[in-house]
Amino acid sequence: MIVVNTGKFSLITIAVGAVVMAFSHWVNVDYLYFASYTILQFIVLATAWNILGGYCGYVNFGSAAFFAMGAYSSVFMHKFFPVPIPVLIVIGALVSGIAGLGMGYLTLRLRGSFFAIATLALAVVLQTLVVNWDFVGGSRGAYIIRPETLELPGGIEINYIEYLFFLMLSLAVFAIITARTIERSQLGFGFATIRDDEMAAEASGVPTLRVKLIATTISGAFMGMAGAPFPYYIGYLQPSSAFGLEYAVNSIAMPMIGGTTSWIGPLVGAILLGSAQQYATVTISSAVNLLIVGLMLVGFVIIAPNGIVGLVQERLRKWRQP
Amino acid sequence: MEISWDLFLNAIAAGLLLGAFYAAVTAGISISFGMLDIVNIAHPAFVILGSYIAYFFNINFGVDPILVSIIALPVFYLLGASVYQVYYLSFEKRGQDSLRGLAFFFGLLFVTEVGLILVFGVDYRYVEAAYIGPSVHIGIVDFPLRMLVPCLAALALFGALQLFVTRTFMGRAIMAVSQDQLALQLMAVDPIKIKRIAFGVSIATCAVAGALLIIIQPVEPSVGREYIGRIFAICVLGGLGSMPGTLIAAVLLGVVESLTATFYGPSWAPAVSFGFLLLTLAFRPAGLFGR
Amino acid sequence: MTALLHVDNISKRFGGFVALDGIDLEVQPGERLGLIGPNGSGKSTLVNCICGTLQNENGSVQFEGQPLDGLAAHQRTHRGLARSFQLPRPFHSMNLVDNLRVPLLYTVHSRLGPLRSAGDLDSRCLELLEMVGLAAKAKQMPRDLTQVEMRKLELARAVGAEPKLLIADESMAGLSHSEIDDILKLLMRLNERGITIIMIEHIMSAVMSFSQRLAVLVSGKKVADGKPEDVVRDPEVVRAYLGQ
Repeated sequence: MIVVNTGKFSLITIAVGAVVMAFSHWVNVDYLYFASYTILQFIVLATAWNILGGYCGYVNFGSAAFFAMGAYSSVFMHKFFPVPIPVLIVIGALVSGIAGLGMGYLTLRLRGSFFAIATLALAVVLQTLVVNWDFVGGSRGAYIIRPETLELPGGIEINYIEYLFFLMLSLAVFAIITARTIERSQLGFGFATIRDDEMAAEASGVPTLRVKLIATTISGAFMGMAGAPFPYYIGYLQPSSAFGLEYAVNSIAMPMIGGTTSWIGPLVGAILLGSAQQYATVTISSAVNLLIVGLMLVGFVIIAPNGIVGLVQERLRKWRQP
Repeated sequence: MEISWDLFLNAIAAGLLLGAFYAAVTAGISISFGMLDIVNIAHPAFVILGSYIAYFFNINFGVDPILVSIIALPVFYLLGASVYQVYYLSFEKRGQDSLRGLAFFFGLLFVTEVGLILVFGVDYRYVEAAYIGPSVHIGIVDFPLRMLVPCLAALALFGALQLFVTRTFMGRAIMAVSQDQLALQLMAVDPIKIKRIAFGVSIATCAVAGALLIIIQPVEPSVGREYIGRIFAICVLGGLGSMPGTLIAAVLLGVVESLTATFYGPSWAPAVSFGFLLLTLAFRPAGLFGR
Repeated sequence: MTALLHVDNISKRFGGFVALDGIDLEVQPGERLGLIGPNGSGKSTLVNCICGTLQNENGSVQFEGQPLDGLAAHQRTHRGLARSFQLPRPFHSMNLVDNLRVPLLYTVHSRLGPLRSAGDLDSRCLELLEMVGLAAKAKQMPRDLTQVEMRKLELARAVGAEPKLLIADESMAGLSHSEIDDILKLLMRLNERGITIIMIEHIMSAVMSFSQRLAVLVSGKKVADGKPEDVVRDPEVVRAYLGQ
């Protein structure tokens, strides 16, 4: 295994991001931007979920809620005081991060499963709140007119969807670098002790509650960031699309299928499942496509608990020591 | 503030009826989550499956939905027992029941819901029976039979379960498994077998709860999600696995939801259960009657 | 001289069951205390209350003259109070070196400041593994260890936190004679380095050879406390062990 330090890893990831950006700009097809935006969004969501779920072992079923909080804070700001999308991303991160902290604080002192149950209920309730909140469109939804182009300082105009794509690509790069940095840090060690044995972690001096709260906050914040540009991407935001089941399911299924112990699992899962779904939604119905994701999730947790990355690692080990 | 007594009393009555029904929906989760510590978040999906089975036989063959559900009991029991067997072999036995077990049930929830969408579509479905429509009036309070009949059936189911866990050998063994697996092994009882039976019973209750649900309200596949917060709120508030506690907590939630729906509008009702759940977790995680 | 650990009249109940009933206990710096009692007498509950895994209802626990009440387990570990678990609880997804890295990163760092470079950390982990004789297995996973090796890892991890007081909760149950001797020697060596040790044990020969003082718990009460030879002749202790 080649060991790369965090600084080098960040540079490499940013370089890969730049290459992807340059390539997309060269191809410059709107449909491709739309499709890859969704995949990048799933990379952010899956990576965010995995920081809590994969590293600490706490399941968040409410990814859709955290995502929607980001999306709806953008809608709110759009009506209340319009600001550029990068600012909206920061606001989304704050709102969802604080929500994650609050949920964690209320439920993480109790049995592990209570957190999962509470996040599951959170989605239903937030949706209820949004449906009843007319300022952000209520059940009818809210229109956000996406400009055709964005004018950069210096008079250069760029395609707006390309701009959104660039933002989401940056978020994906940022999320992956964060996840990988955590993995190699003292915090990452703390996360792993919590996943393995909380009582032993406490006995070794790990402040488990604080470490878990850091995880719920970071994870929530990234989901909020993923949601913040969404209203601009979709143009018309309804509660049912912001709280869509596909977010909750995919952000669990992608890391589980990819592999949960390192940053690469969610990335692999998101790219594979994300592109497969982009393809399948065009060719078969979206319900069938979600059914396949659900079945794959059940199948993988039963048969390949360490996901695709685990399968590959096992194969490599056997290949090296025949 | 002027409160209309008429509205208020009717809301309380409706809440009591609704609460009894909630108790029936929660009874199963009180067994699986409360007693066996299996976080079966797919429970509501099985309830909805029960609704659609009642719907299918009612619409196509004109069978009474409650009768359908009673006939379906053994099928649901077997379904539950086999789900437990898979869960046990794949997660409990390997000691991976927390993360992957939860993901497994989440997958089941999802597959069931999408499966129902593919077969029946996303439209609301309802059943037909003589008792849907008429009401019994007592003074100014009105008891729609559509609610009263499910309430009575729910209480019957709940009573039967209470008798089962307190009076039969198997029921007591289930209670024991939640407390001390070793003691059971010393009595030469296989805890896995007990858990399989208990989980089967817990899923069997979904057949009845589902039929009652579709009598009370029209059902579409995603309705189940509203019940996740509800049943876990009730189960925790009732003190995890205590049948009488579950009943009281269910009635309490039913009444509060019904009052909320009457005075603030039905679209707020789902938020009540979540508020209940969070408040319970924050202040009384051992439940209303816990120490 | 003030006691290192001062347990003052602590009680703990689980529902209606009284697990600890007004326990007093003092441990002097550098002492080797044996804590014995029949199954269910409250030994583990006492350890859990001292270490903060459980919170006692009445009374208080003082460590180096400071009250520990209300502190979480990790805060007590930071103060210098470490324990091993009766059933070893290794971090199963980490190899042995990384298992030992946890107390170093989270306890030693926070007490002494981040004075260790990555190289220092590694060498300290290896030192600990050498101390318990597991250096050859540094890169292996806990699942590859035998029962006795697991117990040694458990002790090494507790020692890794550089405690002033080490509580060894039944570190020898189920081991062979030579393995028991191994662990005993290890604990003696730690004591010689100045670590105070409370040993909780069923194996009387081990307790008798190790302890300078012996305390006996019977159904949540302390019934004897004194020189080991005297305590084992105490009629109440004899009754508790033989009468039931």
